[in-house]
Amino acid sequence: MRNGTSKRWYGHGLPYLGDKPLPGHLIVIEGTDGVGRSTQIELLGRWLELEGYAVSNTGWTRSPLLSATIKEAKAGHQLNPTTFSLLYAADFADRLEHEILPALQAGFIVIADRYMYTAFARDTVMGADPTWTRELFQMALIPDLVLQLDIDVDTLVPRVIQGKGIDYWESGMHLALGTDIFDSFKHYQARLIEEYHRLAKEFGFVIVDACRPVDAIQAELRRHVLNYLRAVNNANGMASKVAHESSPVSSKD
Amino acid sequence: MNFQDHDNGNGHEDRHANGASLVDGSFLAFEHPRNIDVHRNPDNAPTSQTVKTKNPLNIPHPYPGRLIAVEGIDGSGKSTQLQLLERWLRAQGYPVHFTEWNSSRLVRRALRRGKQKNLLTPTTFSLLHAVDFADRFTYQILPPLKAGMIVLADRYVFTAFARDVARGVHPEWVRSVYRHAPRPDLTLYFRVPIEVSLERLLAGRAKLKYHEAGMDLGLSGDPVESFRMFQSRVLNIYDELTTEFGLRTIDAIGEIPAQQKAFRQMVQEALRDYDHERANHLNGNANGHAQRH
Repeated sequence: MRNGTSKRWYGHGLPYLGDKPLPGHLIVIEGTDGVGRSTQIELLGRWLELEGYAVSNTGWTRSPLLSATIKEAKAGHQLNPTTFSLLYAADFADRLEHEILPALQAGFIVIADRYMYTAFARDTVMGADPTWTRELFQMALIPDLVLQLDIDVDTLVPRVIQGKGIDYWESGMHLALGTDIFDSFKHYQARLIEEYHRLAKEFGFVIVDACRPVDAIQAELRRHVLNYLRAVNNANGMASKVAHESSPVSSKD
Repeated sequence: MNFQDHDNGNGHEDRHANGASLVDGSFLAFEHPRNIDVHRNPDNAPTSQTVKTKNPLNIPHPYPGRLIAVEGIDGSGKSTQLQLLERWLRAQGYPVHFTEWNSSRLVRRALRRGKQKNLLTPTTFSLLHAVDFADRFTYQILPPLKAGMIVLADRYVFTAFARDVARGVHPEWVRSVYRHAPRPDLTLYFRVPIEVSLERLLAGRAKLKYHEAGMDLGLSGDPVESFRMFQSRVLNIYDELTTEFGLRTIDAIGEIPAQQKAFRQMVQEALRDYDHERANHLNGNANGHAQRH
């Protein structure tokens, strides 16, 4: 039975941090660009706070150390798949150590807008070595719950065009899939979605149909989060009756 | 699964300023092993076995050029020795390309900011240096190697293996981060006692640098004492690396000319079967020097 403090690292973790209990909860929202992650995360966070939980947010490429570098490098087209992967990993590590772990230690619910799976999906589609990407992320903590907003490419495309518009990198233009940015975007996103489906099976994501209205998606997300929190509370309740068996995070494999 | 051709487009004009011209157009970035089945491991986690068997550091590289690296702690005199070696090689007409640890523009700002504001953790410190290396690998190391040039690297991946592990990251992890680095034809480790290194550094400037002294680890509030403790760890790891990766060791407390003489002898050995003709052919008449033969 999983309880609030039994967390596992994906690989070696961060040996120099030692064993610290992490009573908080790490919930990840995954899904391709334009699927509505930020709207859903905002609604989910507000709701959890009304329920009395302290919530902390963290998002892909938003680390104070690296967000400027990543933006600049993307704008200057200076990246190749390897430097891209490493910058993502550095951004992730920075947020893991400065945002995610401290919040979990303090008992917060951390909602992560994307997690290492984004790197796994993108790197595979970009043609990087998937085994290597996974090795890079050995320092990651395995989330308690991964909710994947799932969408088909035909529903996604109009949403993106109406939203922030088609982005060079999100179109995989660097892969030279075609000269037409629309075709390239569609092709690249279709490959990403396919890869997310594969990852969902591999890592046991909860798949949420994101083709529906915002409220319907939100209701389902809340249901999954509630189920998770109830399961944790039950397990903790039972554990405390038995003899406080909560085990600290181990940095060992 | 290999990387596609990468366009060396905007923003790299200044990279080649002090080197010979590189092959233009496209070249492969890190060359990944093909056909890796990621689904075979039931725990989803990569295995350490793949790291060991696939690591190019354990096998000679396939390129026509030569890669010579120097390693050692700060104040070991390795940069001085490498500069002398570079002059000597150039004077003989060899096509040489020099590249230095932590010199890529890509992460310069992030590293500076991270150091100034003390934002770096052992892991981000390690990853940012890996970005620097990967960027230089793409533009500064692989193209000249493929063009048949002699690449001189002031510090190589062993610097990360020593320093980052001294900071506490997992040794296996940092090896996988640099998994695509080719094995140098010669890596010379300049071995120097802590006190000699300290003396040299303090003679040249008033203060030790924060990270060079390992102050980020909180070992001691006194920079000199912290330097001793941190760099001793680094030295011990370097000693282990010499065995693991077959680094050649040079006693770096000796006279500069004597060290240089030993260095040149080792380089001559490493260049014995170097296809100089072919290198010149591939690279045009390199650097305008007359050919040796």
